[in-house]
Amino acid sequence: MKIWKYIISLSFLMCLLFGAHSFALAESEEKESFNAGEVIIEHVLDSYEWHIFTWKGREVSVYLPCIVFNEGKCYTFSSRVFHENEQYKTVNKTNSEELVFAIPHEGNYKGKIVIVNADGTLKRPVDISITKNVLALFISCALIIILFYLVTKAYQKRGEKAPKGLQSLFEWLIVYVRDDIARKAINEKSVDRYLPYLVTVFFFIFINNLLGLIPIFPFGANITGNITVTACLALFTFFITNLLGNKEYYKDIFNTPGVPWFLKFPLPLMPIIETVGCFTKPFVLAVRLFANITAGHIVVLGFISSVFIVAQISAAGGAAMSVFSLILAIFVDCIELLVAYIQAYVFTLLSALYFGMASKEHEHR
Amino acid sequence: MSLLVLLQEVARAATDLAPIAKLGAALAAGIATIGAAMGISKIGSSALESMARQPEAAGNIQSSMILAAAFVEGVSLFAVVVCLLVAVG
Repeated sequence: MKIWKYIISLSFLMCLLFGAHSFALAESEEKESFNAGEVIIEHVLDSYEWHIFTWKGREVSVYLPCIVFNEGKCYTFSSRVFHENEQYKTVNKTNSEELVFAIPHEGNYKGKIVIVNADGTLKRPVDISITKNVLALFISCALIIILFYLVTKAYQKRGEKAPKGLQSLFEWLIVYVRDDIARKAINEKSVDRYLPYLVTVFFFIFINNLLGLIPIFPFGANITGNITVTACLALFTFFITNLLGNKEYYKDIFNTPGVPWFLKFPLPLMPIIETVGCFTKPFVLAVRLFANITAGHIVVLGFISSVFIVAQISAAGGAAMSVFSLILAIFVDCIELLVAYIQAYVFTLLSALYFGMASKEHEHR
Repeated sequence: MSLLVLLQEVARAATDLAPIAKLGAALAAGIATIGAAMGISKIGSSALESMARQPEAAGNIQSSMILAAAFVEGVSLFAVVVCLLVAVG
């Protein structure tokens, strides 16, 4: 088709322009060496400010509020104070002395707000700051709530008629989760108990994975690649499995049928193994999602950084490198789209399997 | 044998073992990739064979293949996470 010729030639031209731009930049910039490892880790981790870009040596970022509790008193300030000075000195509200906040660059508390005591020791206060990931979570959750509100309103208005627009986009995904994930794994009597959670977690992970791939400002924060977020989701699955498990489920853990007695009586080997398995399953869920998404982001960032690394050695090499590196980065981004869907699917499928095992009906022999 | 002796000498001479730790982390990440590649290639080849034997089951087989590949990938990513922890800490 003729349109493909235009699309391919246009994208090649854009790669060349990108190369020319980095060629020009490499000549005009001062020789501040590019530390690829640092840049990549910075993009993947959480931070107190949202760095958008650097314009002619000046950083353009959104400085997010830091909310810190010390001895029951709340201190709120913008993270901009750490951009200008190393330490932020304020008045301690309990005893009116000087209170010093800082963000250390190495050690145990690297990158986190600490209180520097008078004798130099560091103390980590209770920190509920709005960091980059928290703000990104607010934005993505607002987006998800708006989308689903519109979809439910469409269902209420249209009734039994065929779906239209946004509703038709979401309907097949929701039906897919209901039929191919939930109903296949959980018996029909108990499916409806678990279905809201399964649909929620599927869309939460899928939409957050996708938003993490968009490099433009309000999106592009690595949320599902944050171990605390994935650990939270895995904890939800863990609590729902174990709090709603029926007697069959607990019998299978503590008194596994079909296992000889000597594995249970003097040393309860089988119950120990089953209990450890009960804890490792959600842990594995969390680590799988975290590692997949973070690794994907690191690979894309690595390809883009390779342009700058080569440009440091030779500007013309950087221009040539940028064409190939951009093509490779686009290819890896397409894989990341697939991974976004697959990881949401795998998390939801495994949660459904655990729910199914926890609510199994007793099979009559 | 001589490699072992060499490693021991290097370990005795080095006051700080961080470079060796990073070397170990990099090698381990490579080995984990080999394991993942072997697993996923087995899954892919058996899926393709069974799709050739029974083309009408191709849809089912394809989804199972993607699912199994995600699990194998997950296991290798555990190793990557451990290597990252060693390399930067």
